[in-house]
Amino acid sequence: MPDQTVQGAALTWPLEGLARVPYWVFQRDDVYSLEHTRLFQGPYWHFLCLEVEIPKPGDFRTTHVGDTPVIVARDQDGEIYVFENRCAHRGALICLKDRGLAKDFSCVYHAWTYDLRGNLTGVAFREGIRGQGGMPPGFRMEDHAPRRLRVALVHGLVFGSFSDAVPPVEEYLGEEILGRIGRVFAGRTPMVLGRFTQMLPNNWKLYMENVKDSYHASILHLFFTTFQLNRLSMKGGIIVDPTGGHHVSWSAVDHAAQRDAEYAKQNIRSDSGYSLADPSLLDGFPEFPDGVTLQILSVFPGFVLQQIQNAIAVRQILPRGTHRTALNWTYLGFAEDTPEQRRARLKQANLVGPAGYISMEDGCVGGFVQRGIAGAAEECAVLEMGGTTAESSPSRVTEASVRGFWKAYRGGMGL
Amino acid sequence: MDIYRLISQTQAEYARCIDDGRLEDWPGFFEPNCLYRITTADNYQQGYEASIIHADSRGMLQDRVSALRDANIYEQHRYRHILGAPAILSEDRAEARCETPFMVARIMHDGATDLFATGRYLDRYRLADGRASLVERIVVCDSSRIDTLLALPL
Repeated sequence: MPDQTVQGAALTWPLEGLARVPYWVFQRDDVYSLEHTRLFQGPYWHFLCLEVEIPKPGDFRTTHVGDTPVIVARDQDGEIYVFENRCAHRGALICLKDRGLAKDFSCVYHAWTYDLRGNLTGVAFREGIRGQGGMPPGFRMEDHAPRRLRVALVHGLVFGSFSDAVPPVEEYLGEEILGRIGRVFAGRTPMVLGRFTQMLPNNWKLYMENVKDSYHASILHLFFTTFQLNRLSMKGGIIVDPTGGHHVSWSAVDHAAQRDAEYAKQNIRSDSGYSLADPSLLDGFPEFPDGVTLQILSVFPGFVLQQIQNAIAVRQILPRGTHRTALNWTYLGFAEDTPEQRRARLKQANLVGPAGYISMEDGCVGGFVQRGIAGAAEECAVLEMGGTTAESSPSRVTEASVRGFWKAYRGGMGL
Repeated sequence: MDIYRLISQTQAEYARCIDDGRLEDWPGFFEPNCLYRITTADNYQQGYEASIIHADSRGMLQDRVSALRDANIYEQHRYRHILGAPAILSEDRAEARCETPFMVARIMHDGATDLFATGRYLDRYRLADGRASLVERIVVCDSSRIDTLLALPL
């Protein structure tokens, strides 16, 4: 439950700045409302779906930007349009399906009809019946429509924004992040292999912190470490973009590397002897010429692109109240995959998702924080690993990208 | 024993095995070359191949168990499987296909109990020596949502 005792108290960030995160930020309803005004409807780009999910004119998907329901549709002109899933008449959902093929959308309540661009095209009984009733003569359909979002496409990813002030998406992402997205998608045709939703028992920002936290990866996730998918001592690094909001954590497996004494000294769980009965789980194929086997990329506020070996997925993080988050996984392959490559992706998908060998813990650890901080609204998290700034770093023993999240968040929220 | 009774008995034992926490015995219900997948009705209907769990050998099931025991972190919990009657879809002397509905409650260590999953097992059993063993079990969950995480098998 939200900490009702502190609702309404001043939103004052601790003096230590990025090195501290006050726990009320994960608890308060007023903060949650402000996030919708300033972030989810503010000058930010929000991931909606993949272009390949709506390949033909008339294809649509419904999703959310924060709490706000939206329709993503491809019109007859081949372009993608995004508008609120909210009838301009009385506010009912216009479309009740998750996806489909439509010529237009008709609200079930009073049959107000919209085209695939979200324009109001029909009002039932507009002229009344036998001269009685109907809309006033001055009623103009073009004055009424659900709000339209700006749309941006990035390597087949569809983003939307309520804001006219948001910079073009290339500028928003910056060259480095854009390049890292292109690294995964460019020159290939993504294919959806599966879609799952994981309901997390915590505030959405706790999940984003977790995504950006390279410090925890080899400590919480034993599976990762034992098989050298990710060791802090491997070659790798953290990229934090100038806004702080976007990040990339990457590493390359160095099979020749000896077990490193630093690691053994830390008395971390990770050194139990453990071997697989069927190691074919990890059989992969070289997919990227740069040899990078792990790339976790986030775009502020709520998008993640993941490459863990050959397991590729996008994640959409949707807040569902202060204490609940929907994590939408879309597992991806490419139309160019050979059958063997496809099989490898399907098997490596065991690493990720709600039952993932290396992601399972991320589903519960945010809940451990949310429960741990109950009654401690005025206390703070400490983020000093790797310093107190939010800059790129060759070391992954750092919380720089978590601090980067808070830098962007505080800027956007005015906190 | 007739096939219906053999399969019913095997499924009851499968559910007891998981619910009693004897996870080490769970891979024994499968053939060495088997397919075990957990997916959702939506993915299944769309023909999407990716799974929440995908194992194509008994060894991979054993690895699931060792990871749950030794590697993965999750709060202690148990399941209670309630299985419906199996519908035998086809059978011959060597093999039977069937579909069985299930409900699974999740009981957390603090007593919190939720309906964790409902769905159906789509099974292919090998019949030999008076035993039925799983060649294939596709667990199709009705909901597209998984609460928090899925650790113990269904």
